Amino acid sequence: MACFLVPAAEAVVTTVVQKSMEKKEVSDDRLAAQAEGNEEIGTGKVRFSEKLGWLNKMLWGGTALLAFEHLWHGEIVPYFPFLTAAAQGDTAGMLHEMATNGVLMAVLVTVVWIGMIAAASILEKKDNRLTAGEKEI
Amino acid sequence: MTLLITILAASAVTIVWYCHPDSKMKLGTLCLMYWGASIMWMADAIMEYASEGAAYFTPAPADMLNDFFLGLSVVTLGLIIWIVILLIKDPRGVVRAALHRKKK
Repeated sequence: MACFLVPAAEAVVTTVVQKSMEKKEVSDDRLAAQAEGNEEIGTGKVRFSEKLGWLNKMLWGGTALLAFEHLWHGEIVPYFPFLTAAAQGDTAGMLHEMATNGVLMAVLVTVVWIGMIAAASILEKKDNRLTAGEKEI
Repeated sequence: MTLLITILAASAVTIVWYCHPDSKMKLGTLCLMYWGASIMWMADAIMEYASEGAAYFTPAPADMLNDFFLGLSVVTLGLIIWIVILLIKDPRGVVRAALHRKKK
C-alpha cells in the first residue's frame, strides 16, 4: 500500500544528517591537516558521513524500486491523493501496513548497515595493526 | 520471484564490484541500491510468510509470470537510475570531454 514511505522518511533524515556531518568532518580534517603541516586532507579512515552514505544509497535505492513496484500494482497513482488506499478510504489499513511492513523494512536495512559498519571497523583495526607492525620493523 | 531476481542482480553486481576495486563506474551505488531493495522485499516476504505460511512458496503460475516480469523491470529501472547517476557525476570525465570537444 504505502510501506515504502517509512524507509523514505528515514532516508530523508539520514541524508540531512549525512550532509551536515560531511561538512563538519571535512572542515575538521582540514584543520587537523593544517595543524600537522600536511597538504593532504583525511586520516586514511572511512569517514562516518561516508558510511552514512551507504545507508542512504540502500534506503533511496530500495525506496525508488519499491515505489515502482507499487505503481506496477496500482497502489500509487500519478495524481492526487497519489495513494490508492487513501482514495478508497482504507487509510487505517494503509497505516497498519506502514507500521508493520514499513517499519520492518527500515529496521532490517538499518541492521544490515550496522553490520556493514562493524565489519568495516574490524577491517580498519586490522589494517592499523598491520601498519603499526610494519613501522616497528 | 521479484525478490529472487533482485537478489540475483545484487549478487552479480557485488561480484563485479569486488573483482574491479579500482573501477570508477560507481558500481558500489548500484550494488547498494539492489541490496536495499532486496532487503525491503525480504521484509515483505517475511510478513507474507507469517500470514500465509507454506503457501507463500507455491504461487499461482500467472502470479509468478507477473512477478518475473516485474523483477526484470525493477532490475532495468535500477540500471537506468545508475546510468543517470553515472552521467551526472561523470567520474571518468567522458561527458565533460565530449562536451569540450563539441565546443571546439
